Amino acid sequence: MTIKHAVYLDEERCRGCTSCIRSCPTEAIRVRNGKAEILSDRCIDCGKCIAVCRCKAIRAKGDDMAVLQAFDYRVALPEPALYGQFPQPVDVDLILSALLEMGFDGVYEVARAAELLAARVSAHDGPTGTPRISAACPTVLRLIRMRFPRLLAQLETPLLPMELAAVLARREACEKTGLPPERVGVFAIVPCSAKRMAAHSPDTFTAPVLDGAFSIRDICRVLPQHMRGLLARGAPLPALRTAGGEGLRCATARTARGGERRLAADGVENVIHLLEALEDGRVPDVDLVALSACACGCQGGCFTVENPHAAYMRLEALADARGRAGEQAGGYDITPLLEHVRPLQSLPSFLLDEDFGAAMEKQRLIQELEGRLPGLHCGSCGAPSCHAFAEDVALGRAREEDCIFQVRAKMQDLSVSGGIDDYLPAPFRRRTVRRG
Amino acid sequence: MEAVKLTYPVDGDDPMGAGDASSQMKLTLKKLGLPADLIRRAAICMYEGEINMVLHAGGGTAEVEISLTDITIRMVDHGPGIPDVELAMQEGYSTAGETAREMGFGAGMGLPNMKRYADELEIDTEIGVGTTLTIRLYIPAQV
Repeated sequence: MTIKHAVYLDEERCRGCTSCIRSCPTEAIRVRNGKAEILSDRCIDCGKCIAVCRCKAIRAKGDDMAVLQAFDYRVALPEPALYGQFPQPVDVDLILSALLEMGFDGVYEVARAAELLAARVSAHDGPTGTPRISAACPTVLRLIRMRFPRLLAQLETPLLPMELAAVLARREACEKTGLPPERVGVFAIVPCSAKRMAAHSPDTFTAPVLDGAFSIRDICRVLPQHMRGLLARGAPLPALRTAGGEGLRCATARTARGGERRLAADGVENVIHLLEALEDGRVPDVDLVALSACACGCQGGCFTVENPHAAYMRLEALADARGRAGEQAGGYDITPLLEHVRPLQSLPSFLLDEDFGAAMEKQRLIQELEGRLPGLHCGSCGAPSCHAFAEDVALGRAREEDCIFQVRAKMQDLSVSGGIDDYLPAPFRRRTVRRG
Repeated sequence: MEAVKLTYPVDGDDPMGAGDASSQMKLTLKKLGLPADLIRRAAICMYEGEINMVLHAGGGTAEVEISLTDITIRMVDHGPGIPDVELAMQEGYSTAGETAREMGFGAGMGLPNMKRYADELEIDTEIGVGTTLTIRLYIPAQV
């Protein structure tokens, strides 16, 4: 099974500096032949490497907006993270109206779908005695599938709010216009590359339910001028917003539902730490654990433009002003749809070998090899740590000679004079005791 | 076949660091493809052992040995030893201090939990010398 990723490398910019390899929480990057390379089955699309790359060589982008031309009726599905991106606190109605101004024929708030989903799934309890896990974050979902598959059973739903929004928005648009579904285009406006990828290759449906996903970054290049235009005209804005504060907070992982004890964690390291505890059943007594891979929730996504803390604060203020829940779905029962959703399968990308005996052999080889390595995690071999390198060698992804220290040892064996140090950079020189 | 051996230090001055060793062991066990339930039981036993070492013994070492048939976790410390093992095995019994209790530890479930989740538990303790817990979990044959 191949997993696609929205992150790509600008080969010309990449200088093979190895800054990215250690930032990756799943050790999914290697530098080979002077260029970064992503191990596809290990990448969780968290976007950490995009943030740390000093050459701006690791990049991600949203869909090209030219795709809009292929449809007769176009609906924008703004993720709540969009609302916090503007310097002044703004009215959600103004943002939604501006989306119509810039060429969309309709809007459907993802926050509204998040509310419907929350209302539906919270009615169903997970396994007793274990908190439910809520993750409207494709990165967290992939992480769970790869490293914590046992926790899949505790997942509230694998359906993303934007996916539900897409289905409901298309249905609404078809009813309103009489157009066949394929003439209606539904496009999410997303804060990160992981959501763009999820829009194109969903884990939950056999085919995409979205027609594309634009980045908040691209939208924010054109939206403000339409917002200013609307304000200048001074005409009353139509009431387009439908979601309540609860829905808006799905972008902060901190949605509070009545009477529930909730624990929220954001930032991928914090999420991993909490998942470890959850897996062992040692988490404080809560009903729900809400997880988001980016710091400050979706406000920290790689497609956002505003300082995530400021955006977070604004979204909270908007959510507070909206009260708890918004309008309910216009008579739609989403139960049949939820039954359509495929349960997530585990992705054992860390497995050394299908066969336990063979995996044991490889593990022993890894440890033996690691014992010979310097333990400096210098990254010269292109792997994030000596352990990861040893694993690469055992799995046939690298050769022991790729370690500069191994090469040095070999060269020193060959040359009795030991003059090799003169040709090596300082960190790699062996301190020698001069004789005589 | 030779066993896979892992060794982790457990620091006595860092209650938040308790669980680091079990998390690392867990990742290795996952890479080996062992069943999720077995990994969970091993992790719980090791975590409880780590907590005990931090609370009572000023730290120690966790040694893990994985063979084709079982996982053996040896928690070795040079702490004060356990004066009354039978009493320590009782649920709810704890000698943890006030500070530890304030931090949510000392519920007296450490050793009982280990007993519950391990297939074998051996306690070797000597007053003033230290304690070695040997926790064994069997690996089901079909793996």
